[in-house]
Amino acid sequence: MALDNKSEFKYIGTRPNRPDGLDKVTGRARYGADAYAPGMLHGAVLRSPHAHAKILNIDASKALAMEGVKAIVTRNDFAKGLEGDDWDLLENTIAGEKTLYDGHAVAGIAATSVLVAKDALKLIEVEYEVIPHVTDVDAAMADGAPVIREGAADHSVPEGLHPNVVRYTEFGRGDLDAGFAAADMVVDRSFKTEAVHQGYIEPHACLADLGADGRGELWCCTQGHWFVRRMCSALLGLETTQLRVTASEIGGGFGGKTTVFIDPIALALSRKAGKPVKLVMSRSEVLKASGPTASASMDVKMGMTKDGKLTAATASFRMQGGAFPGAPMDMTTMLAFSCYALDNVHHEGFDVMTNRPKQAAYRAPGAPMGAFAVESVMDELCEGLGLDPIETRLKNAVKEGTKSAFGPRYKAIGLIETLEAARDHPHYSAPLAENTGRGVASGYWMNWGGETSVSLAIGEDGAVQVGVGTPDIGGSRASMALMAAEAIGIPYENVRVNVLDTAALGTNEPSHGSRATYASGLATIEAAREAIGKLCQRAADKWGIDAEAVEWKDGAAYPSGPNAGDFEPLSIADIAGEMGSTGGPITGHHDASPTGFGGSFGTHIVDVHVDPDTGRSTVKRYTVIQDAGKAIHPSYVEGQFQGGAAQGIGWALNEEYVYGEDGRLQNDVFLDYRIPVASDLPMIDTVIVEVPNPGHPYGVRGVGETGITPPLPAVANAISHATGHRMTRLPMSPPRVLRAIQGKGIS
Amino acid sequence: MVAVNLWSGLRRFTGGAEVVEVEAATVAEVLKALVEAHPGLDPVIKAGVSVAVDGEIVQRALNHPIQPDSEVFLLQQFRGG
Repeated sequence: MALDNKSEFKYIGTRPNRPDGLDKVTGRARYGADAYAPGMLHGAVLRSPHAHAKILNIDASKALAMEGVKAIVTRNDFAKGLEGDDWDLLENTIAGEKTLYDGHAVAGIAATSVLVAKDALKLIEVEYEVIPHVTDVDAAMADGAPVIREGAADHSVPEGLHPNVVRYTEFGRGDLDAGFAAADMVVDRSFKTEAVHQGYIEPHACLADLGADGRGELWCCTQGHWFVRRMCSALLGLETTQLRVTASEIGGGFGGKTTVFIDPIALALSRKAGKPVKLVMSRSEVLKASGPTASASMDVKMGMTKDGKLTAATASFRMQGGAFPGAPMDMTTMLAFSCYALDNVHHEGFDVMTNRPKQAAYRAPGAPMGAFAVESVMDELCEGLGLDPIETRLKNAVKEGTKSAFGPRYKAIGLIETLEAARDHPHYSAPLAENTGRGVASGYWMNWGGETSVSLAIGEDGAVQVGVGTPDIGGSRASMALMAAEAIGIPYENVRVNVLDTAALGTNEPSHGSRATYASGLATIEAAREAIGKLCQRAADKWGIDAEAVEWKDGAAYPSGPNAGDFEPLSIADIAGEMGSTGGPITGHHDASPTGFGGSFGTHIVDVHVDPDTGRSTVKRYTVIQDAGKAIHPSYVEGQFQGGAAQGIGWALNEEYVYGEDGRLQNDVFLDYRIPVASDLPMIDTVIVEVPNPGHPYGVRGVGETGITPPLPAVANAISHATGHRMTRLPMSPPRVLRAIQGKGIS
Repeated sequence: MVAVNLWSGLRRFTGGAEVVEVEAATVAEVLKALVEAHPGLDPVIKAGVSVAVDGEIVQRALNHPIQPDSEVFLLQQFRGG
C-alpha cells in the first residue's frame, strides 16, 4: 500500500488520553491472573532442580491421593509424534526423557486451591540421574562439552563442529584483505554479553477450560493469541478452531509473550480434571523457565582510513539460546553492520545449545548484542583516529539506495536524519563533569508486517467500533482509533477499538516485530475506506445519483460537485441512523500480509558518571533520537523510545543471568536480578524524526524495538571514555568496572 | 530470468554458486525453482526463509510479484520481538 500524499492531519499527531488509561489506574483492567470461572481449580508446576538430568521415574500416586488434588499431568498427557518446532515447544513446556535446565517443568497439578496444589507438588517423587551440564556458550562449543541433544543440528552446520552447534550462517561480499590493507587503523576486539530477561511486570497467567470433546476456551496474557491457539492445539492434539483464545490486558511482553509456557499445561489439566484450571507463574518461575534472550560471545574487526571511511568489517557471533535451537544469530548477523555502507564485509553466526531455558524473543532479538560489539569498535576507531563519532558515522551512513551489509538495498530510511539531529542537539555539545563520559551509538531494527485481519462497524449513532487481533502492548488501541478517526473524519472519542478473540477474526500474528501500529493500522485504514465506500453508496441511493458522484469529507457525504446535484450533506450519524432500513449494517474489513514495513534507525547520546572508588556507573543524561516515519500518537512513540532506552541501560549496567557451578540460576527474584527502576534513571529526552515510510498510507514505521539497540554500546562507550578502559563485557556492574579501573582486566 | 542472490553459507548446496538464475514471477515460484535447480536447498527453504524483492522483505506473502529486473535476495527467516 502506497503513501498518501497527505501533509495535513487533523487527528494523527495529537496526544489524546489513552482509552485504557482509566481502567489501568483504577484497577478495573483485567490482566491474565484476573480471570475466574465457576468451579475452577488452581494449578501448580513441578520443576527440575537440576540443570541436566535423566528422568528415570515419576511416581505421583501420593500426590494424587491427597485431598483436593483433581488431576496430575506429565509428558504422557500431551500429543505424540510431534516434530521440529512443535517438538521443541512441547519438550520445553514439559520435560520428556531428560530435564534440560534448572526450572524445566516435569509435571503439573490441579487442585482446589493454590496451597493444596503447591503442597501436593512436594509429594510427587521424581527419580533423576544427574548428568554433566554446560551453561556458557564458548564452553558448550568446546571439545568434550556435554551434548545437550545428539542430532539436533540442522543442514546449515558444517562438519566438524560440536553437536551443540545446531545452526550456522555465513555471508558477506567484497575483498576483505584489500579492505583491511587500505585502512589506517584496524581494531579487532572480542565481546561478551549475558542473557537478560524481558522483565515484564505481569507474570504469565491463564485460565483454561477444555472439554473431553476437544472444544475449549483459554484466557491468557499474551502478545499473540492466534499463536497461542496454534501452539496449544499442536501440543494437545486439537483442531485449531475448536480452541477459542482471548487475550487479557497485558502487563508487558517485549517479545517474551509470543510463545507459550504454562498454557498447554493448564489445558491438559483442565481436560483431565473436567474443570477450568487457572495457572499463574511466580516471579521465580518467570525468570527460571520463561525465555530470556540469548547470551553472546563475539569477535568484531573493522578498518578505517584516517579521514573516517570504513574499509572493511568482519564479525563472528556465537550465541546460546538455551537447550533448543533458536538463538537469534540470524538477526544479529544481518543487522550488525546495518548502519554502514560497506563494500567489504563478512558475517558468521553460530546457534549453540546449553543447559539454560529456551530463549524467547526480546525487543529487537539479537540486534543489541551485535550493535554493542560493532558500535564499540566504531567508537574505538573514532577515538584512535581523533575523529568525531557522529561526523564519522555520517560519513559512512546508509541511505536510500545503499546496499545493506546483508544484501538488499534500503528504501527510504532516516539514519542520516537521526545523526544530524543528534549532532545538532544541545546534549551533544554540553560540557561534561569530572569522571563523566559521553557515549554515542546508532542502531536499527527492520520491523515487520505479518498476517493481519481487522473489522470495523458503524454504530447506529455514527460512532465506530474497530476490532483488531493485535493485543495492545504499547498503546495500539489509541493509535488505531486515531487512524480510524483520521480516515473517516470523526472525533477520536467516537472510535472504540477492541482486541477480539480468535473466534472473531481471521489469523493475526502477535504484536511483535514492531508491527501492530504499522500492519493493524494499515488494515484499519483500509477497513475504514471500505466502510466509507458503503456510506457513500447509501448517500448516493438516497439522492438518486451514482456513488462516484459522492465525496466523503469530515465525516459526511457531499455531492462531489455541481453536476452531482444540490443536496444537503449527510453525516455519518444521519446515514447510520437509517442503515437498518437502507440495506443493513455498514462495516469494513481488511485482511493482509503487508510487506511495505519500513525499518527504523535511532541514534542515542548518553552521559555516564563513574565513581572511581566503587566502579558504580550513573546515567546522568540520556537522549533518544529515532525515526518514527509518522508519529500517530507522539506520547506513545516517546514512551517506546524511553522504554527501549531504559531496558538497554539495564542490560548494559546490571542485568544478567547468574548460574552457579551446579548449573542452577542464582538470581531468580527481582531483588537479585537488578532491573533499573525510575529512581535509577534521569528523565530520558526524546526527539522524533519523521522520514515517512512509503509502504504505509500515513508513513508509519514501527518504533518499538529499535530503541533497545543503541543503549548497550552508547553506555559502554560513555564508561570507556569516563574510565579510559574499553568495556567489552556486559553487564558493566560496579565490580567489573572497578576491576577495569584498577587495571585488573575485564573478566 | 530472475537472479536470486543467496547467502554465502548456501554455496555448498549450489555447487559454489552464490547467484542462481530462475524463471519466476512470484516469490513462491522463486522458492520452487531454487529447489528444482538445487535440491540441496530444500531443507533450507522448508526451515523458513525470507525473500527481499527490491528492498521489500517477504516471508508469508508468497504471491508477491517479481519482475525480471527485480533485485532478489534469499535471507534468513525474520524473527521479531
